[in-house]
Amino acid sequence: MSDPSAPRPLSFQAMILRLHQYWSEHGCAILQPYDMEMGAGTFHPATTLRALGPDAWNAAYVQPCRRPTDGRYGENPNRLQHYYQYQVILKPSPPNLQELYLGSLAAIGVDMRVHDIRFVEDDWESPTLGAWGLGWEVWCDGMEVTQFTYFQQMGGFDMKPVAGELTYGLERLAMYIQNVDNVYDLAFNDAGVSYGDVFLENERQMSTWNFEVADTDRLFDAFRKAAAECENCLEAKLPIAAYEQAIKASHTFNLLQARGVISVAERQAYIGRVRDLAKAACAAHMEKNGWAA
Amino acid sequence: MTDFLLELRSEEIPARMQPKAREDLARLFAGELAKAGLTAAETVTYATPRRLALILRGLPDATQAVSEEVKGPKASAPPQALEGFLRKTGLTRDQLVERDGVLFAVNERPGRATPEVLAEAIPAVIRAFPWPKSMRWGAASASTESLRWVRPLQGIVALFGEAVVPVEVAGIASGAATVGHRFHHPDAVTIRSAADYVEALRDAHVIVDQNERAAIIATGAAMATAKAGLTLVRDEGLLAENAGLTEWPVPLLGRFDPDYLSVPPEVIQLTARVNQKYFVCRDADGKLANAFVCTANIDADDGGAKIVEGNRKVLAARLADARFFYDTDLKVPLEEQATKLDRIVFHEKLGTVADKVERVAKLARWLVEEGIILPGTGRGTSAAGGGGAPQALLPADAPLHHQPAAGGPPPRAGEDNVALLADQAERAARLAKADLVTGMVGEFPELQGLMGGYYAAAQGEDAAVANAIRDHYKPVGQGDDVPTDPVTVAVSLADKLDTIGAFFAIGERPTGSKDPFALRRAALGVLSLTQTNGLRLSLIDPLVQVSTAALIGFMTRGAQSSVASAARSIVSMREAGAKVDGATREIIDAIRPMVQEVTKGASSQIAENLILTLDFFADRLKVQQREAGVRHDLIDAVFALGGEDDLVRLLARVHALQAFVATDDGANLLAGYKRAANILKKEGMTADVTPVKAGVSDEGAGQEPREAPASAGATYDREPAEAALVAALDAAEPAAADAVAREDFAGAMAALATLRAPIDAFFDAVTVNDADPAKRAARLALLARVRDAVHGVADFSRIEG
Repeated sequence: MSDPSAPRPLSFQAMILRLHQYWSEHGCAILQPYDMEMGAGTFHPATTLRALGPDAWNAAYVQPCRRPTDGRYGENPNRLQHYYQYQVILKPSPPNLQELYLGSLAAIGVDMRVHDIRFVEDDWESPTLGAWGLGWEVWCDGMEVTQFTYFQQMGGFDMKPVAGELTYGLERLAMYIQNVDNVYDLAFNDAGVSYGDVFLENERQMSTWNFEVADTDRLFDAFRKAAAECENCLEAKLPIAAYEQAIKASHTFNLLQARGVISVAERQAYIGRVRDLAKAACAAHMEKNGWAA
Repeated sequence: MTDFLLELRSEEIPARMQPKAREDLARLFAGELAKAGLTAAETVTYATPRRLALILRGLPDATQAVSEEVKGPKASAPPQALEGFLRKTGLTRDQLVERDGVLFAVNERPGRATPEVLAEAIPAVIRAFPWPKSMRWGAASASTESLRWVRPLQGIVALFGEAVVPVEVAGIASGAATVGHRFHHPDAVTIRSAADYVEALRDAHVIVDQNERAAIIATGAAMATAKAGLTLVRDEGLLAENAGLTEWPVPLLGRFDPDYLSVPPEVIQLTARVNQKYFVCRDADGKLANAFVCTANIDADDGGAKIVEGNRKVLAARLADARFFYDTDLKVPLEEQATKLDRIVFHEKLGTVADKVERVAKLARWLVEEGIILPGTGRGTSAAGGGGAPQALLPADAPLHHQPAAGGPPPRAGEDNVALLADQAERAARLAKADLVTGMVGEFPELQGLMGGYYAAAQGEDAAVANAIRDHYKPVGQGDDVPTDPVTVAVSLADKLDTIGAFFAIGERPTGSKDPFALRRAALGVLSLTQTNGLRLSLIDPLVQVSTAALIGFMTRGAQSSVASAARSIVSMREAGAKVDGATREIIDAIRPMVQEVTKGASSQIAENLILTLDFFADRLKVQQREAGVRHDLIDAVFALGGEDDLVRLLARVHALQAFVATDDGANLLAGYKRAANILKKEGMTADVTPVKAGVSDEGAGQEPREAPASAGATYDREPAEAALVAALDAAEPAAADAVAREDFAGAMAALATLRAPIDAFFDAVTVNDADPAKRAARLALLARVRDAVHGVADFSRIEG
C-alpha cells in the first residue's frame, strides 16, 4: 500500500475473525469447518441439510475446499487445490441480505466510495447436489469475491422457505485487501507468517499426489465403497451418515478426475451417481424430519 | 389527461434480461388497460440494474361510461320467456325498457376512475410477468405459491399525476419513494410525478435511460482511448451489457503488461470481453494495444485509480492463465494432442471424435484423389500451386475471397500436385480437431479451429494445412466467409458431409424446429462450398462412404461388438494372408452368417438413409435458392428426374429451366407438354419415371439411342403435322441429349424449343383419338415420345402454371 497513513490492511486470519465477529453480531451460529474433504462450503451439512425444511437457520463458518484439478504445484499465483471459503447461510433469506453483505465487506475494510462493487448475474447450480439457485457473483473492481445465491432447490426439493447463501473466496478477498499479486505472499497473520509459509509445500505435495501418485484402483474402490456405505446408511435411516458418504464419493470422484482416468462419457455417469446419493440422503433427511409430504 | 409512472425496484436484474423486460412491461400494461378501454398517448420504458420503469403519458382520468343493451323477448311473449330473461340479466320487470313491443335490458356501466383500473393492472402485470428465470425469496417463500420475480422485488412507485396509486403486492405497498444509487445516494428519493422521475433520479446518481447510459459509455470510452492515442474496438453487445450493469457508468482506461501481447489477439479480446466485460483498443497500426476500458458504476473519490488498478490485476491474472494455456499447448505437437481425441465422445452412437477424424481424413483425401477438389480449386485458373501459396496466418489478412473458376474445366493438375494436395488435406483433417483437447479451447470453446491454426503454424505445419485447420468450421452461417483454399475446402467439406452422413446413418435427423446437431447449417455449408468453388461432386459417393463407416462403427461398438470385432479381425487376418487353421475356420463359419446379417442390415439401412439424406439436401437447396429468388417448383422439376446428386449441375439445370420457362417458347412448350401429358394420363399411360441418363458427365456420348416406336416407320400414311412432329423429335431428341451430356442446359432447352411449333401444329391438325386403333396407338406413342423427350431435361409436370 502506497499511502503510509492508511491503516494496515487485515491479515488473512484477522479478516476471518472480523467476518466471524460481524456475522455473530447478526445472529449467526459460528461453526467450525466440517472435518471431511469437500469441493465447496455448500457441501457442509450445515448448508446442504440445514437448507432443507421449514426451520429458521443462520450460520457462518470457514470451510477448506479441495479441488484437485485446480492444483498448480504452487506455481500459479492465483490457483490452489486447497483453499478457504467463508460461508454464510441465512434461512429464510432476510429482506436486507444485500445490505448485510455489503456491511460485511465494509467490516473487513473495503471502502465502497473508491471501489466498484457490482452484482453480476450468475446462476448457481450444483449438479452433484441436485441444487440450484439464482443470484450473482459479486465483483469488486472486476474481481469476483463472493457468490451470492438464493437457493431455489436442494437435493431436488423446492426450498420452503428460500435460504440466502454467501460464499466468500477468502484468498481472493485477502489478496485484494492486502494488495498482493501472489496468494503465497499474503500476510497470514501480523506476526510475519505468510500464506506461503503455511501452504506452499502443501500445494506442491498435494498437486503431485492428486495428479500423479494417487492410486486409481484404490480410488475407484473407495468410490464404490462410499456409494455402498451410503446405501447402507440409507437403509438404516441415518441420513446424516448417508450424506457423509455422498461427500466422500464426490471428493473421490474429483480425485479420479484429476488423475485423468474418467472419460468424458463416464463423467456424466459418475456425477449422476453422486447426485443420486446426495439426493437420496436429502430425501431421507426430509422424511426423518417429517417434511417429506 | 394525466401521466402515470410505475417503478418496480428490485435487486440487480441481469443485464441480458433488461431489454425484453421493458418490452414485456409495456405490452402487458397496454393489454390490461385495453381491457378497460384505456390507451396511453405515449409509452416510455426504462431499465437499470435495479429498476424497471414505465411511463404512460396522456391517460384519461376515467374510462368512458358504457351503455349495453341486451335484446329480450317481445312484450307479448309468454311469462316463461320473460322470467327466463329476468333470471339471465338479474333485473326486474320494471327495470326493462320497452321499444317497439320488444323488451330490452339496459346495462349502464359508469366510467371508472383510471387509478382504480391501474390499481388492478399493476398486480396483474407483476404476477403475469414472463421473466426467463424467476425466483422466490424471504419468509413468504415458505409457500411455493409466493410471488416470483427475477430477483427479490423491493419497492413499487406508482403515481397517477401526483397521487399514489395504492396497491400492495406480496407485502410491498406502493408509494412515491424510491432509492438512489446504491453507494452515492442510498437514501430515499421522493418522486413527485412521472415528469419528475428521470431528473429526480439523476440528482440521486441514477441515469434511468439505458440509451443515455450506453451513450455515456461509448463517448467516454472513445474519448479516453483517443486521449491515449488509441482507438476503441466497438462492440454494441458489450456496450448494452455494461449499460445494463450500471446506474452511473464511468468508463475508465487501464493498461496491461505488454508482454501479454504474445498471446493471440483473439484470446485477449475474448478474455477481456467474456470474463471481464472490458472493451479492447487498437494502436495506430491497427494492432491490439495493451489497454482496456472497464466501466465502473461509481464516481470514485480517487478518480478511479484503485478501480483501474484492481481491474488491471484481474485481467493480468486472466491473461496469465491464458498465456499459461497457450505456452503449454504450444509445447505439445498437435499430432500428439490428436491421439487424445479418442477420449472425447462425439456422439454416443457415433463414437469418439477420433472416430470422426478418421472418417473425415479418409474423405478429405478421397475428395482430392477423385479430382473433385483440385489444386486449382477456388483459385481461378492461375495458381495450381500445389495447395496454396503460403499465406500470412493472421485471420484478418487471409484472402478468402477468390473468384471461383469461371466456367470451363479446371486446369489439368499435375499428378504431383494432386498427391501433395491429397496429403495436405488428409494431414489437415487429422489435425483439425486436435485443439479440442488443448487447454485454451477447453477454456474458450469458441476458439476452436482458430487455436489449432495458431498451434499448427507455430509447430511448422505448412501454411495451407494450418489455414485449413483454422478455417475448416467455415462457413458457420449465412454470410460467413466460404473457404476457397483447396486444402481448407477439402477438410471443411469432408467434415460437414461426415456430420450429415453419420447422423443420418443413425437416424438423427432434424425435425421441425429441432436440429440439435446443426445439420441444416452443415448442409448449407456443403451447398456454399460446392457452389462457391464450382465443385463437381456427386453426393451419393461420399455419403455412402461416411454413413457406412459410421454405421459399421456403431454396430461394432454396439451389442454385437464382440462378435463383429472378432469377425473383423479374422477377416482382416485372412485378407492379410494369415494362415487359417481349422479352429479359426470353424469360428469363421460360425460367425459368417452373423457378419452377413449385420452387413445386410447395414446396407439396407444405408440405402434408406441415403434417400432421406438426398431429400434433405434437396430441401436445403430449395430453401437456399428460394431466398435467392429461384422458383421451388423448378427445383422440384429437376429433382424429380432422380439420380441427380450433383448440386452444381442440378443448379445449372434449374437456372436454364427458369430462363426457358420465362420465354414464349418455354411457356408454349409447357402448355403443349401438359396437353400431351393429360391425354396420356387419361389413357393410363403414365410416365415411366425415366432414370435420366442425361448429364452423365464423364461419358460424353451420353444417351443410348432411345427406342422410339413412333419413328420406326408407320403402318399408315402420316398426316403432315404428324410427320413434322416426328421429324422434329428425331432432330430434337439427340440434340437435347447431346446438350445435356455436355451440361449445356441452355442448349438442351433450345433443342426442346424446336418442338414447340410442331406440337402446336400437331394438336391443331391431328386427331389423336382416331377411329383407326393403329393410328390412335401410334399418335399416343408419339405424344409419349414428346413427353419423354421433355423429361430428358426436366419433369415438366412439376412446373406450376
